[in-house]
Amino acid sequence: MAIGWYLAVSAFIFCIGAAGVVTRRNPLVVLLCLELMLNAGNLALIAFSRMHGTGDGQIFALIVMVVAACEVTIGLGLIVALYRRRLPIDVDELSELRG
Amino acid sequence: MAEVLFFIAATGAIAGAIGVVALRNAFYAVLALVGHLLSLAALFLLLRSEFVAAAQVVVYAGAVMVLYVFVVAYVGGEDMPIRGTAAGLRIVAPLFAVVLLVELCIATLGSGLKAIDGEGAGFDPAFGSPAQIGELFLTKFLLAFEIASFLLLVAAVGAVMLARRRRGLDEGDRDDSTPLDIPRPALTGTMAEAVHSGEATGRGDRDRGGW
Repeated sequence: MAIGWYLAVSAFIFCIGAAGVVTRRNPLVVLLCLELMLNAGNLALIAFSRMHGTGDGQIFALIVMVVAACEVTIGLGLIVALYRRRLPIDVDELSELRG
Repeated sequence: MAEVLFFIAATGAIAGAIGVVALRNAFYAVLALVGHLLSLAALFLLLRSEFVAAAQVVVYAGAVMVLYVFVVAYVGGEDMPIRGTAAGLRIVAPLFAVVLLVELCIATLGSGLKAIDGEGAGFDPAFGSPAQIGELFLTKFLLAFEIASFLLLVAAVGAVMLARRRRGLDEGDRDDSTPLDIPRPALTGTMAEAVHSGEATGRGDRDRGGW
């Protein structure tokens, strides 16, 4: 398969994830959609790594996975803290920091 | 053969992504993401990067998704309306996604990279193997490796700080009780009875000599 096909799939997944981040209101699902976008980036990185035949893109993808794991940990900790304080789990109602 | 596998895996990945966005129940969205990640691991295998595919399945679809499932079970993945408040957002969000897709397609199709239309570099048995990844991590990308480990440490400490039960910050559910105040059946020989045996049960004389 040509590398361009992988890039097309990656672009599709990225756009679906971006639409989800904008549309959904549950912060859990927003985090899931962020995962989608990061994974689309991973797919593009590995496709380019294959294109060049070097391992650098795979290292990038692994580091992105580490960053995604950190983001998930902090995000889920925030959601649990919100739940403990009985705040609404809804990104539209959590607007205290809005300027 | 590779084409068939590619289309199966790509269809699975895109269907999983749509499922994550479109399913109302957060639990089903997590399961859709697991399917998406497994399809993506198949795509990684087609790109001959076995180590990243294995890490994707083990770390992502295994560990991270288990964390998600736990939090969904804890918070309660009740059905939420996908879109509710702003009517403008309802129109703008799909438009935004389509515009982004068009832009990415322009960037991909219009790029001067000739190799995009090719199958990639020639066959290299070491490509994507754990040996190659490990060597790169410990030589060329050593700094990134160390920073990643430090970042994981910071995230772990931060998650503990965020999710622990804290005293004094929440005015509503301040918990002043000590473990000794938990109601328990009398005369069961607990340590609390031994500490204030007389006033707690009123029958301290019998308890004091007990085991």
